[in-house]
Amino acid sequence: MTTSVSAMGGIVRRKEDPALIAGRGQYVDDIRLNGEAVMAFVRSPFAHARINSIDTAAAESMPGVLAVYTIEDVRDLGPVLAQVPVGVLRPLLADGAVHHVGEAVAAVVAENSYVARDAADSVMVDYDPLPAVVDMKAAVTGTDRAHEGAESNVLVTWFSHDWWPGVFELEDHRPAIAEAKQRDDVVVVSQEMLNQRLIPTAIEPRAVLADWNHGYDRVKLWSSTQMPHALAGAVAKTFGLPSNEVHVVAPEVGGGFGAKLNIYPDEILTVFASKDLNRPVRWTETRRESAFSTIQGRGWVATATITGTRDGEILGYELDGIADMGAYSQNFTVAIPVLGLFVAQGQYDIPLAWQVACVQTNTQTTDAYRGAGRPEASYYIERIIDMYAAEIGMDPTEVRRKNFFKKEDFPATTAIGLTMDSGDYETNLDTLIADVDYAGLRSMQAAAREEGRYIGIGVGTYVEVCGFAPSVLAEFGFGWDAYGMPTSFSGSGLVRINPDGSATVIIGTGPSGQGHQTTWAQVVSDRLGIDFDNVRVTHGNTAESPTGVGTFGSRSAAVDGAATYEAAEKVSKKAADIVAHMLEASADDIRFADGGAHVAGSPGHKVTWAEIAEVAYKPHKGPEGFEAGLEAHAVFSPGNATWPFGSHLAVVEVDPETGNVEILRYVGVDDCGNRINPMIVDGQIHGGIAQGIGQAMFEEAIYDEDGNLLTGSLIDYPIPTAGDLPAFELGWTNTPTDVNPMGVKGIGEAGTIGSAQTIVNAVVDAVSPFGVKHIDMPLRPKRVWDAIQKARG
Amino acid sequence: MQVTMTVNGREVSGDVEPRTLLVHFIRENLRLTGTHVGCETSYCGACTIQVDGNAVKSCTMLAVQADGATVKTVEGLADGDQLHAVQEGFWERHGLQCGYCTPGMLMSAASLLEQNASPSEDEIRHAIEGNLCRCTGYHNIVRSIEYAAAKLRGEEPAPPDWTLDFEGVS
Ligand code: FES
Ligand code: FES
Repeated sequence: MTTSVSAMGGIVRRKEDPALIAGRGQYVDDIRLNGEAVMAFVRSPFAHARINSIDTAAAESMPGVLAVYTIEDVRDLGPVLAQVPVGVLRPLLADGAVHHVGEAVAAVVAENSYVARDAADSVMVDYDPLPAVVDMKAAVTGTDRAHEGAESNVLVTWFSHDWWPGVFELEDHRPAIAEAKQRDDVVVVSQEMLNQRLIPTAIEPRAVLADWNHGYDRVKLWSSTQMPHALAGAVAKTFGLPSNEVHVVAPEVGGGFGAKLNIYPDEILTVFASKDLNRPVRWTETRRESAFSTIQGRGWVATATITGTRDGEILGYELDGIADMGAYSQNFTVAIPVLGLFVAQGQYDIPLAWQVACVQTNTQTTDAYRGAGRPEASYYIERIIDMYAAEIGMDPTEVRRKNFFKKEDFPATTAIGLTMDSGDYETNLDTLIADVDYAGLRSMQAAAREEGRYIGIGVGTYVEVCGFAPSVLAEFGFGWDAYGMPTSFSGSGLVRINPDGSATVIIGTGPSGQGHQTTWAQVVSDRLGIDFDNVRVTHGNTAESPTGVGTFGSRSAAVDGAATYEAAEKVSKKAADIVAHMLEASADDIRFADGGAHVAGSPGHKVTWAEIAEVAYKPHKGPEGFEAGLEAHAVFSPGNATWPFGSHLAVVEVDPETGNVEILRYVGVDDCGNRINPMIVDGQIHGGIAQGIGQAMFEEAIYDEDGNLLTGSLIDYPIPTAGDLPAFELGWTNTPTDVNPMGVKGIGEAGTIGSAQTIVNAVVDAVSPFGVKHIDMPLRPKRVWDAIQKARG
Repeated sequence: MQVTMTVNGREVSGDVEPRTLLVHFIRENLRLTGTHVGCETSYCGACTIQVDGNAVKSCTMLAVQADGATVKTVEGLADGDQLHAVQEGFWERHGLQCGYCTPGMLMSAASLLEQNASPSEDEIRHAIEGNLCRCTGYHNIVRSIEYAAAKLRGEEPAPPDWTLDFEGVS
């Protein structure tokens, strides 16, 4: 029985699931090698301190301890490599000073984790505490430095009008906006807002297992990474190996959300220890440790300002902000705000003046967390536009509509010189409004208020930019050059028809739950008419995939998916020649379907894939002079990024006596272009929305003034539970892109980019009768209650 | 110390330190790695198993406390090739993405359905509050458990609620 599955809109159960639901998926910590040793870290109790001495003697003499390393042992390897190396790079172990609580000072390797932990606890470190820079604003204005001797804590300030000097000649909109402010028919609405720091919290902690093979000077590394090829490059560069001697495997990865998109010191140190000790070495982070050993996200404070007329025409949008980089620059740290800048103006064709200062502080490094800069940017524009709407007394959907880029503007150029591929924001918003009966909701809200109930309706829109391209962005850091892998973010897909007629598809991604095995199999099954069950997809393996960028930035379908599509096209062309020979027909008339190929118009005149494969691998049976074998590799480099968008709506009820917020409805209408598997797309949106709601309502990483993290466990950092969230209602519109042959855009981050502002808009709408104009996230009851009390006076 | 217990229908025993957690005994001694560790502090639920028929977070128990107990892990949920209804439900209704929370979710869901054959959506959400998932937003997990509940009652599960209606422009 043969089933080929549609590449577009085909819903099929995931190939990933049978192993996972049986408890037989293999994550890094499930793998055991003979003779492996375990690493543990000695971590700093201070946010900022000089290290006077490290005494490892007691630890070294403990039975079962194999080695204790400090920076003296590994300084020659250099710091942890960063994709955008602006700022201070992280040393493999603290080098003379510590710069955040939990920074690794020494690494212990022992026979088992209990001994390793006990030994780490017996390493004595003598510190001289220094003043810690914790607050973002103080980092800009104060005299203390997060790193001694630094001239300033500000690493770089990104401006919208010259974010990439020499490449874009951009108009500076500041003078025009200043002039508009002088007009007497305008209002100026301004608000400082915190976009708080978050802890990504993948449920699988990070884990790594290194196995150096001295016989061949080759290393194999299993890591719960989102970017296996970059990691292979970084290991190769650090140890002076060619990259083909480093084999990185990312097996099942239990959630990533950007947090597994870094090179981490433990990945390098386990390789070092494995080489040094001639044994496999493992490290698995604990949940508590994760707050120190894995990047955090967000952490912006900014003032957003809209200048606009009383009838809803926006004459300027300004943002003046500070973004907290934490102590060190890692993968993309200082460039995260640039991703925000890419979508700074949201869906609106408006003048933009945007600046964000990136500051170093004595806290854990920040980097990409689901959305990475784009949720921050969307939050600011969407909150301030609501405040502007409230100020001029116009419905928030009307203000948005009035300032949208119009359908006919596409491809549209943004204020910072980028070209958005396609968009139809009005249809998308209209779909949402119709789906929910917006007018009906507003009447329901008015009626509830009569009864003394505080219902709020919030709308939020977003534009995402993903599938980063074109190739020239590599010169800005959108590539793996810094890891010794000079690549742009091109996708990689290899399609091989095996001699038995089955297909192996090897892709360059590093997914963590996105269902790539399923979607890519759909693409290949559809292109080649091959049985879906006969297509095996592998990913996350540098020995198998020629190149690979990994999985992040909602890029996999639009870039690697397109590469796979093109590889399948190449295979079908060659296969058509073989089939033409077999069926004595013209190659142009060969069609692939139902598990094989037939001649157009005569479905009975056919061969199976097994028969085609046999000819492919027995060239004497094939057409004269054809090259044996049947596989193709494609590297796909799109000419532009893709720009998905959407409109979300939340209905909430606030209890003014307690400040408690209940989400009554959450509706999202997203447009990611064509959808390969709508079931998987829905799942991505659900998860994204949950993370946005988590930020809006529950999550906040809090440091005290000494730089101690007060929210390092799952009790004080509550991520949403099933009971906290409503069922989600989703709708969709479809505005395909032409930058890839499938017309797909990407959906991994959209839900997160659209949701935090939607919730806050709804809650502020609910309590607006009290005079509340804004409440900073997370909207826990106390904060909402305080805002009501304050507004009431 | 020597411990003996019945795990997924088989009697097993092993030599453990008194401080060894049950989850580590299961993962390290028995090499049943479907039971995951997400926090080791009883919050995430990734390590949920059944001990004497009750859902238990196996990081909150010492191996020695399970001496003599009957334990079921995710590996013991299916009956040979026959998936348990909750496993089928999660597969049919996209109840998992990365799969890391899934074994614990399945065990909690199975326990819920043993006690309540027709749970409401609220009851399902409440029952899995101790199991954290960072990927799915729980929507499809709830639908998966509803599917399983219907199956176990011998009813036809409700159709999936994927977003299929085409409402926009092309
Ligand atoms: S590992 Fe047991 S509850 Fe998290
Ligand atoms: S599926 Fe990833 S944590 Fe639940």
